[in-house]
Amino acid sequence: MGQIPGCKPGLEPQAQALRPDIMVHFTAEEKAAITSLWGKMNVEEAGGEALGRLLVVYPWTQRFFDNFGNLSSPSAILGNPKVKAHGKKVLTSFGDAIKNMDNLKTTFAKLSELHCDKLHVDPENFRLLGNVLVIILATHFGKEFTPEVQAAWQKLVSAVAIALGHKYH
Amino acid sequence: MSLTKTERTIIVSMWAKISTQVDTIGTETLERLFLSYPQTKTYFPHFDLHPGSAQLRAHGSKVVAAVGDAVKSIDNIGAALSKLSELHAYILRVDPVNFKLLSHCLLVTLAARFPADFTAEAHAAWDKFLSVVSSVLTEKYR
Repeated sequence: MGQIPGCKPGLEPQAQALRPDIMVHFTAEEKAAITSLWGKMNVEEAGGEALGRLLVVYPWTQRFFDNFGNLSSPSAILGNPKVKAHGKKVLTSFGDAIKNMDNLKTTFAKLSELHCDKLHVDPENFRLLGNVLVIILATHFGKEFTPEVQAAWQKLVSAVAIALGHKYH
Repeated sequence: MSLTKTERTIIVSMWAKISTQVDTIGTETLERLFLSYPQTKTYFPHFDLHPGSAQLRAHGSKVVAAVGDAVKSIDNIGAALSKLSELHAYILRVDPVNFKLLSHCLLVTLAARFPADFTAEAHAAWDKFLSVVSSVLTEKYR
C-alpha cells in the first residue's frame, strides 16, 4: 500500500482525506467497540433523535428540510414524524457502514453522488451529524461510552463523512 | 452570537451539577480529546499524558474551572476570560480548530454523566456557550 514517507500506518481520518487511496483500517478492538454498541441500539429511535438534535443544535441545517412541516421548536422538531422517519432512514444506512467498515468508499459511492448531485449537501453536515450521533451514544450508554469507545466511533463517523464526500465534484 | 435568557438559565443550572465533579470531568474531557484526536497531544510534549497522571488531572481541572468562570460571568464572558484570551493569543497559540475538538469532548463527557439533563435544548445551549467561549479565547489571535 502506498504510504507517505515518515507517516505512520493507520492514518487519522483527517490525514486520510489527503490520501483517499488509502483505506481506513479499523482494529479488532475498534470494530468490537462499534458493533457491540450498535447491537444494543434502537436504530429507529436513535435515528430520529440524531437528526432532530442536528436540526435543534445547528438550526441552519434545517435548510434541507423546508417541506418537513413544523420545525419551530425543539419539541416540535423531535416530535415531527418526518424528522423521525428520515432520521431512521439515515441511521439505517449508517448500519451499512458498520457491516462494511473496510470498504466504506465503495459502500457509499452511490449515496455520495446523490448527496452531491441531487441533494446538494455540504459535506460539513456529515461531520456535524456524526458528532451529534456520538453525543447521543454518550447519553444512551453513559459510563460504557468510554474514551476508547468514543475514539473508535469518532474514527467511524469521520470515515463515513469522508466516504460520503468522496464523489463530490 | 449571544446567549438567550433561557440558554443562560440552562447553562447555570447544569453548572451547579458540574461544579461538584470539576476534577473528574476535566480529566475525562482531556482523555477523550487525546484519544479521539491524537494530534492535540502535540501541544503537551512536556506532559505525562497517561490516564491517572497528576498533570492531566491538574490541567483538566484548570480547563473546567475556566469554563466555570465563564458561567459565573455569563453576561460578560469577554471580560471574565480576557487574561486567558491573551494567554492563548500570545503564548499558547493553540490553532483555533482545536477549540471545537475540546468543546465536543466536553459535551460528550457531560452527555455521558448527565444524560437526563443533557436534552436537545441543553445540548444546543452548551454547544453555543462553548462556541462563544472559544470565540473569546481566539479573538486576539490577529
